Amino acid sequence: MTSPLHQKIKVTGPVVVTANRLTDGAVIYRTASGQWTTELPGAAVVTTSDAAMALLTAARAEGVRVVDAYVAPVDLSHGKPRPGNLRERIRAAGPTIRLPAPEAANVHVCA
Amino acid sequence: MYVHDAFDRRLIAERVEEFRDQVRRRLSGELNEDEFKLLRLLNGVYLQLHAYMLRIGIPYGTLSSAQLRMLAHVARRYDRGYGHFTTRQNIQFHWIKLEDLPDAMADLARVGLHGIQTSGNSVRNVTTDQWAGVAPDEIEDPRVWAEVVRQHVTLHPEFTFMPRKFKIAVGTAAHDRAALRIHDLALRLHRNEAGEAGFEVMVGGGLGRTPFLAKTIKQFLPKHDVLSYVEAVLRTYNQFGRRDNAWKARIKILVHDLGAEAFGREVEQEWQSIKDGALALDDAAVAEIAARFRYPDYERLADDPVELKEARAGDRRFETWHRSAVARHRLPGYAIVTLSLKAEGETPGDATAAQMDAIADLADRYSSGEIRVGHEQNLALPHVRQQDLYPLWRALDAIGVATPNVGLVSDIIACPGLDYCSLANARSIPIAQDLSRRFRDGDLARDLGRLHINISGCINACGHHHVGHIGILGVEKNGEEYYQVTIGGRADEEAELGQLIGPAVPYGEVANVVEDIVAAYVELRERPGEIFIDTVKRIGIEPFKERVHATH
Ligand code: SF4
Repeated sequence: MTSPLHQKIKVTGPVVVTANRLTDGAVIYRTASGQWTTELPGAAVVTTSDAAMALLTAARAEGVRVVDAYVAPVDLSHGKPRPGNLRERIRAAGPTIRLPAPEAANVHVCA
Repeated sequence: MYVHDAFDRRLIAERVEEFRDQVRRRLSGELNEDEFKLLRLLNGVYLQLHAYMLRIGIPYGTLSSAQLRMLAHVARRYDRGYGHFTTRQNIQFHWIKLEDLPDAMADLARVGLHGIQTSGNSVRNVTTDQWAGVAPDEIEDPRVWAEVVRQHVTLHPEFTFMPRKFKIAVGTAAHDRAALRIHDLALRLHRNEAGEAGFEVMVGGGLGRTPFLAKTIKQFLPKHDVLSYVEAVLRTYNQFGRRDNAWKARIKILVHDLGAEAFGREVEQEWQSIKDGALALDDAAVAEIAARFRYPDYERLADDPVELKEARAGDRRFETWHRSAVARHRLPGYAIVTLSLKAEGETPGDATAAQMDAIADLADRYSSGEIRVGHEQNLALPHVRQQDLYPLWRALDAIGVATPNVGLVSDIIACPGLDYCSLANARSIPIAQDLSRRFRDGDLARDLGRLHINISGCINACGHHHVGHIGILGVEKNGEEYYQVTIGGRADEEAELGQLIGPAVPYGEVANVVEDIVAAYVELRERPGEIFIDTVKRIGIEPFKERVHATH
C-alpha cells in the first residue's frame, strides 16, 4: 500500500483541509498556523498538490483531536473562501431544512 | 409490551460501561480512530456530516411509554430536541456529542434500549408488523418469533462479523406490513392444507445498488425448527458470502450467484446436521418467551359505540382523520390508531421531545402505555378503545400528529439524505417537504387514494425507493443533485421493484415530474378507486413514460 505521504492529491483549484472534531463531530478547518477553526474564512487555502499534501499530512498527524481529515474545494470568487460544492456547503452551514426550534426550557438566557 | 429480564438489563449496562471506557481511551489518544471506529460501530454510533449519530433499535417496533419518555429525555438533554424514526423500526439522534454518548446510553439502558447491532456487519434489529398482536388478519403475534430470533443472534460471536450486515423480518398476517421481501431473511407464518402454521422462509432480498426481492427456499418450516433453520442460513452465508468486495457481500448476491435452489440445498444440508440439537425449540421455551409479551386487560366492548358514532357524524375533520388513521383491531370495541409523522412541510419520521412526551402520556391514558413504530416512519397506538377516539384525536391534533394522510401521497418515506448523511449524493428531506406542500389538498390526496412515495439520497436505499409506488433516488451529476424516478414498486405481499421512467432530472424538477405522473394516473385509471399501483400493473410503465417525456 502506498504510504499517505507518497500519495498524490489532484488539485485543480483552491482547496482547504477539513475534518470533524473528535469530541462532537463538528466541522473544522485547518488554519495556516496549524490550529483548527470552525469558520471556513479562517482556513488556510492552498492551490498546489504539494501544499495540499503538506497541510493534510500535518492535519492527519493530529489523530487525537480530529477525525477523517481530507482536502475539499473552495470558491474564492467572492474574496473569502466559500464551500466549493453542495456537500461542503451543507457541512459548513448545516442542514438546508428548518430544524425544530429548541424548547423554551432549553434556551439559556445569558444575563 | 415486552418485559425485560435481569439478564438483558445487566448485559446492556455492562456494555455501556465498556463503551464509556472506550470513549475515554479514544479521547485520551490511547485508541486511534481506526481502532475506535470498529468499537463505536458495534454500539450504533456513526459519524455523519456535522456530528455523531446514535441509532437505537426498537425491537419489533414496540415501545413502552417509559421508553418513549426516555427517548424524549435523550433528545432534549443530549441532542437538539428531536429524533428521527427510520424505515427499520429504529430511532436516530443526529447531534449527539461523543463525550455525552456514554451517559445517554446509560440513561437508555435503564429502560432496556441500546444501539447494539444497529450498525456494523451484524444481525440488525429484527423487525415485524407494527400491528403485531392486535391485527385482525394475523395468525399469531409475530413478536414472539422475532424475539426468539433476536435473543439467539444478539451478541452471538459467530454472527458479529459477517460478510455484511444482515436484516431479518418476521410476518404472520395475511397482509404484509413488514416489507418482508426486501430483507436478507424473511419468515412468513402461514397455514398449510392441514391447517398447521409454519414459516415460509425467504432469503436474499435487499435494495441498494443491486436490488433483489427475496426468494423462497422453504415453503413450510415447522415453527419449532425456526431457530436451527435461521442458524443454518446464517452459517451458510457466513461461509460462502464474499468478504473481498463490500458491494458484493450481501446475501442477495450469494443467493443470486448460486441460485436460490442451490443455496437452499446448502442450507438444508447444514440444517439437517443441527436441527435436532440444542436449537430445537420446545413448547416450554416458546411459552416462556410468549409470556413476556403482556397484553392489556381488555374490556368486553362492542364496535361503533355511540360516542364514536356521534363524533363521526358531528365533526367532519374527525371523520376525515378517522377514515385515514384508524384501523380495525382484532377485538371489538378497540382500534389501532396511526400517528402521522408526516405533517405538511415537516421532515418525515421526525418527532420532537415535546411530541414524544405527549404521545407517551396519551399512550398511558388511551393505549395501555404502549406505542408502536412502523417502517413507514409513523407511530401507532395499538390498544385504543373506540369510545376514546374522539378525545384522543383532539389531543393528537393539538401536537401535530393527526394529519389525515396515512398511506396517501403525502405520507412520504424519506431517508435523511445529504442534509445529514455522509454517504449521500443528494438531499431527500426537502424533496419530501416540497411534495407534501404540493399535495397538501386533502380532498385531492384522498381521491388519489393509496400512493406511496419513497425517497433515498443515495443508492444505499435507506428510503426504500425501489419499492415505492413512486421511487425517487438522488444521484450526482457534475456536482449537481439529480434524481432518478421509478414507478411500480411495492413492498407488500405483491412486492415488486420499480422501473425507471426516464433520465434523471435536476432537483427543481422532481416535484413537477411527480405531479405529471400523478396527473397521468388520474387520466389512465380505469375508475376512481383503482389505486395508482394497480393502474401501473394493468397498463405498464410506457404510458407514464410517454407522458413524462412529453413535458420534460
Ligand atoms: S440512502 Fe444513502 S443518503 Fe439516505 S440515509 Fe442511506 S446512506 Fe444516507
